[in-house]
Amino acid sequence: MKAIYILCVRQLKRYIRSPARIIGSLGQPILFLVALGFGLRAMFARAGNGDYISFLSPGIISMAILFNAVFSGIEIIWDRQFGFLKETLVAPVSRLEIVFGRMLGGAIVAMAQGIVVFLICLLAGFRIVSSPYLPLAIVFMFMIALLFAGIGTVFGSVLQDMQGFPLIINFLIMPLFFFSGAIFTANGLPAALRIGLRLNPLSYGVDGLRGALINQFAFGMKTDLAVVTILTALLLAIGSYFFSKIQL
Amino acid sequence: MSEMITVQDLVKNYGEFCAVNHVSFTVAEGKIFGFLGPNGAGKTTTIKMLTTVLDPTSGSIRVNGHDPTREQKQVRRSFGIVFQDPSLDDELTAYENMDLHGILYGVPHGERVKRINMLIDFVGLGDRKKNFVKEYSGGMKRRLEVARALLHNPRILFLDEPTIGLDPQTRNHIWSYIQQLSKEEGVTVFFTTHYMDEADRVANDVAVIDHGKIVAQGAPGELKERTKCANLEDAFIALTGHAIREEEANATDRMRMMGRAWRGGGRR
Repeated sequence: MKAIYILCVRQLKRYIRSPARIIGSLGQPILFLVALGFGLRAMFARAGNGDYISFLSPGIISMAILFNAVFSGIEIIWDRQFGFLKETLVAPVSRLEIVFGRMLGGAIVAMAQGIVVFLICLLAGFRIVSSPYLPLAIVFMFMIALLFAGIGTVFGSVLQDMQGFPLIINFLIMPLFFFSGAIFTANGLPAALRIGLRLNPLSYGVDGLRGALINQFAFGMKTDLAVVTILTALLLAIGSYFFSKIQL
Repeated sequence: MSEMITVQDLVKNYGEFCAVNHVSFTVAEGKIFGFLGPNGAGKTTTIKMLTTVLDPTSGSIRVNGHDPTREQKQVRRSFGIVFQDPSLDDELTAYENMDLHGILYGVPHGERVKRINMLIDFVGLGDRKKNFVKEYSGGMKRRLEVARALLHNPRILFLDEPTIGLDPQTRNHIWSYIQQLSKEEGVTVFFTTHYMDEADRVANDVAVIDHGKIVAQGAPGELKERTKCANLEDAFIALTGHAIREEEANATDRMRMMGRAWRGGGRR
């Protein structure tokens, strides 16, 4: 247990100590928020869908969490080649403790970034709606973070070097984000895309977070919570499995 | 005297390539054992298998009486290691790196603080212990890694080219401490090096490995006698030949290149 705690603390320290990284990873969500939010706001309202900033903000928060969480997993590659991973792998603690410490630390960092983005969304005009589901927002944020820290851990454990990194970002993470309902609703999408959106784990995280914050659900709170919980547990297990198979 | 490390018929294949080819040796408790060989001979691969991070293809290993493939925890508790590549967390301070290590190895708080301060002072980093490791030079990192490897009072110390990039003063300082540890506390030392004078001076026994096979084994004096050479370096060349080895760049080397390009040079 102490190992989980100290490895988690390590990641939080690294996060707090690198303001450049904090600010750097805010760039992309802010760009999406401002460009899409203000760019498409009028059109969205004219189509009778209400305030676009309010619709978009939960998606942008999810995006920040998604990228940071995946990256925390991919960092294993870097750590493995030069750094610190070897030190943990020869220590007399189980791989499970190491990978849980890492995933937990990565998820907390990703969530912290999500909260920073949430505050920025408020500045941009995002207004939350008071509802009984509001406390669930933090639950959904944490679940999204853990889920994708698990996915990142799978890649971080399997890949030998960073060459595959752009591949993962462009062919997995970006599509997951775009087709998650983060920036548009499923209504009016071609059938294939609608199915894709339904199969995308992030869709349920985004929908849950949006529902908690502005009380607008596409799938329903129970469905979102159930799907996200099961997938998170599954991905944590898969991530741990691949991590435990690492050989140097 | 009991055997601290026993290796029998150890084999590691990577596809067609045989990195370690039926290697057998033993290291007695309290001895300093030098594992010598040209680049790509199989030294690091062997250390990885001894230290539980790589599974052998076949063969048997006992480290402190335990099998690294099955009794990993017992084996891991037995040794401290200085890797060939740096393995510190650059974003943490020297003290934090040590403290994290102590916690992972279950060293109780009081003893941890005492030993960290003692060891950091010993490697001459006492007044820099609150600095981030990224501000350290290559030599300072190396010293810190040696201190860290000793923190949990290991029975065996693995050193994979521990003195690379160190000046003669630091090398001497570290080796004399390691010799003292081996003599007074009976710590077994297993090291690799390219400095033959170093091996000649400190090792009780050496094994020379080439192309994955052990080509000679014994005390440095015996090898010199057998090859009729005046020093161990000549004996080493007599045993392994003059050919310069080609090593394929592996993932680590490629990452190192990227690291240099991103961070503006220097050994990290």
